[in-house]
Amino acid sequence: MAVQELTPAQTVGPFYGFALPYPAGPVVAEGGSLRLRGTVFDGAGEPVPDALVEVLQADVDGRLDGGLFGRCSTAPEGRFAFTTVRPGPTADGCAPHLAVIVHARGLLLHLHTRVYFPGEALNAADPVLAVVPEDRRHTLIAVEEERGFRFDIRLQGEDETVFFDV
Amino acid sequence: MATPLRRDGRDAHPDRDHPAYRSTALRHPRQPLVPLHDPETELARPFLGAGPIAPLDHDLTAQRGGQPLGERIVVTGRVRDGNGAPLAGQLVEVWQANASGRYAQAEDRHDAPLDPNFAGVGRCLTDAAGTYRFVTVKPGPYPWRNHDKAWRPSHIHFSLFGTAFASRLITQMYFPGDPLFPYDPVMQSVTDEAARERMVAAFDLDATVDQWATGYRWDIVLRGPAATVFEDVEG
Repeated sequence: MAVQELTPAQTVGPFYGFALPYPAGPVVAEGGSLRLRGTVFDGAGEPVPDALVEVLQADVDGRLDGGLFGRCSTAPEGRFAFTTVRPGPTADGCAPHLAVIVHARGLLLHLHTRVYFPGEALNAADPVLAVVPEDRRHTLIAVEEERGFRFDIRLQGEDETVFFDV
Repeated sequence: MATPLRRDGRDAHPDRDHPAYRSTALRHPRQPLVPLHDPETELARPFLGAGPIAPLDHDLTAQRGGQPLGERIVVTGRVRDGNGAPLAGQLVEVWQANASGRYAQAEDRHDAPLDPNFAGVGRCLTDAAGTYRFVTVKPGPYPWRNHDKAWRPSHIHFSLFGTAFASRLITQMYFPGDPLFPYDPVMQSVTDEAARERMVAAFDLDATVDQWATGYRWDIVLRGPAATVFEDVEG
């Protein structure tokens, strides 16, 4: 097998806002009624105003062909918000979830995490949650709010979000 | 089941904890990453509904009323996976500073002129051979506040997806022979010299257009599919 001489990653930098976000980016699923919002925090607990959050998820039936994609900048106050549908469970036995990528100034290589839903019975059998240390699992579960769900991302420090080596 | 991706070669990427680049200090996780083997979702291909590519999206010198100032260049190359297979139909997004080293973004306070004829944003799709091509001007170097006399070498930002969320890549393309390389902690965060050189384009006479633009070639390699038993059986 040939050597995989990958092109190395570099930070998205502070000035991507005029280039990568697009108006429909935060709309993961057209007409969806599920609102998912959150804030990205750094290790000092400060909001990160120059992160870019991307999500990929299955449709309501758990289908991933042509995965539903969204992109939202956290400018100017560290917050992001997506409009989507609740994904169905995927074929690999996972509970409903969104895959998340975080890019930011100061992040030389992006991070992968996941959003799961509170009170979801399938979480108990989810093979990914099962390998996450129990005392950190809550960082992957969104919090239900009046108008949807909240999922904060902590890059470092207390209650640091679980990130995956994908 | 989606095709698993190769896991080798990823040590070419920088460590997220790189003290010389100060902004990494509070933005890298301290807890170990949790390994996720062959996850169905992250191996899926995102459907990118960003709309059709407009005819001038690849030509950053023709998106405004007039010609931008600066050294007109062609930047082209092939996007391949880690097994050498061309990646056709790939969305390639680029953004950059203008020839004076200023981004067309309000937060950029560098005291260098904006160019009304240059937005600094482009995108295109790779062709059947995995080739992309942009026309632009060479970006200028610019100062930042990381350390005393900190200047970023000229670079163009690139964003690609590959075949899956797990092959996502955001990186920067540099220009050959830039004297700022040794002083740039972002570039030097890639510690393997051969890997670092893979971020540097080459001057290319074939891509150069007589009486019009110099050409640079820069190839990109994204994670490739892992071999499977089934492929072996089918030869």
